[in-house]
Amino acid sequence: MFIDPHAHMVSRTTDDYEAMAAAGVVAVIEPAFWVGQPRTFVGTYVDYLSSLVGWERFRAGQFGIRHYCTVGLNSKEANNEALADGVMEWLPRFAMKEGVVAIGEIGYDEQTPLEDKYFRAQLALAVELELPVMVHTPHRDKKRGTSRSMDVCEEMGLDPSWVVIDHNNEETVRETLDRGYYAGFSIYPSTKMGNARMVELLRQYGGERIIVDSACDWGISDCLGVAKTARLALDSGIDPEIVHRVTYANALAVYAKSGQMHEDDWLDPPPIDQRTLFEGNSILRGGREPRIDGPNPRRDARFID
Amino acid sequence: MATPLGLLRRWVARQAGPHAAWFDAKIDALTHTDDVRELHRFLGLAPRRLGRADLALTPSELALADTAHAGWNPQGWSVDGAARVAALLAFDANGAERVARFPARFHDLIRTADARELVALFRGLALYPAEACALDADVGEGLRSNMRAVFESIAHANPYPCEHFDTHRFNHMVLKALFVGSALSPIVGLDARANPELARILLDYAAERHAAGRPVSPELWRGVAPFIDSLDAYPALAQALAGSVPERAAATLALLQADTPAARELLSGVPELTALAATGTLHWNNLPRQEAA
Repeated sequence: MFIDPHAHMVSRTTDDYEAMAAAGVVAVIEPAFWVGQPRTFVGTYVDYLSSLVGWERFRAGQFGIRHYCTVGLNSKEANNEALADGVMEWLPRFAMKEGVVAIGEIGYDEQTPLEDKYFRAQLALAVELELPVMVHTPHRDKKRGTSRSMDVCEEMGLDPSWVVIDHNNEETVRETLDRGYYAGFSIYPSTKMGNARMVELLRQYGGERIIVDSACDWGISDCLGVAKTARLALDSGIDPEIVHRVTYANALAVYAKSGQMHEDDWLDPPPIDQRTLFEGNSILRGGREPRIDGPNPRRDARFID
Repeated sequence: MATPLGLLRRWVARQAGPHAAWFDAKIDALTHTDDVRELHRFLGLAPRRLGRADLALTPSELALADTAHAGWNPQGWSVDGAARVAALLAFDANGAERVARFPARFHDLIRTADARELVALFRGLALYPAEACALDADVGEGLRSNMRAVFESIAHANPYPCEHFDTHRFNHMVLKALFVGSALSPIVGLDARANPELARILLDYAAERHAAGRPVSPELWRGVAPFIDSLDAYPALAQALAGSVPERAAATLALLQADTPAARELLSGVPELTALAATGTLHWNNLPRQEAA
């Protein structure tokens, strides 16, 4: 079983959901981000957040995958001050929705003063609402931007064990782990981080607080990044316990701090969900009464494939 | 007589465990405020504090619900969903403009609702303090939803469509139910709202599906039944009588309702099903569950 804790599913097809389910992905976390081009109305952003807590969650549930999300104002669109102010007014309402496991992905892109302003404001919101944070680290001037992101988190009073610093690489991981943060790695086929490089990192750093994700979106990316990395790691002799932690348990540990994500959500879903929003294997389709006579047989939480 | 709000408060509080006092205090507080942020906060906290278990109701409590509001059936509601509806009923209860302001507030909540919240909000439709039809635009969006659970929160076990929908909207709700594979029997007032236009569309739909070699839900014949004679639906029903067990059972029930010479002649070919219907063993809410062939 895998969790893909960074997947922009609004950009993916039903084929992808089927493939992910078949590969053993039981839950995804969809961080709010931009959608490839900037939004110009607050209302389009509101509808986007609404789709993350509504339609996309339902869509994932149809394939037996539990869908969670993070809500936030991303660094790119933070540079449109009018839009950003408008989005900030709506964010607290969305942060309280079911299945919202963090504020994110937030942080820096070009490291502008506006990005800094809204990054800080959202960190304060996360502290106030007691939510974890998913930090998007910049692609350019990465090493310094990553250090700065952590500096600001600490200035704003965040506990590093509640923060995932994502899109790490060989240059940033040491500091991220040493400062007590979770270190996310986005497996991209050719750019950010490849499977083989990831396996070498696991060999070097072990499994503590490391999280593997696919970051699949509208660009060239692989929604099976987590499953394929797990396979390569196991084939390369990495301890199965380490593989389990980085592809499942660590993401669950940090995002469960929100109180909105529990292993039972997919292992033993409540009857109301089985009747309505989550179609696991036990659900009968076609308008007939679903079987609600007892809990699902529990799937083995430790199965890795 | 108990009000819907009174019933919901009692049922939620009794399953709220250590949070019963919190729930009661919050509902009291919401009654005396028009600060919508308080409402937002409660709606967000409801599942976190109260959990998501099914509301545990006895048959006599379901009868109380039906007395409090005709047709209201809270079976299958969840504790947090019931609490959310209670909050909407309580909010700003003494406000002068309450009824006039309710539709805008409801629209605002729907706009940002998560999936389970949508289900809860729509299930309470019949109970809200709003003028007839004032919520129609949002209800229309709910019916158009691709999330079947959201559609069913309006269509199933909810007296609102029967009370408020015009014939066109009611008919399209029934048709959508068939198209998305939802059952018809939980639709409140299905028989009372039967109409020749719906029957004609259903008959066309059955013919279209038959031509394509695809099955129809046997429940479809329930909407055709009152108009079999006027629409000359006998050939279609004869076809259904040659179909799967559920189809034959439904066609039998429809023909029994028609009670014409032509209907009786067709029924003479299915004496065993006619006998089952006569004893009450076979009825519309108890069609055989076997898939149409």
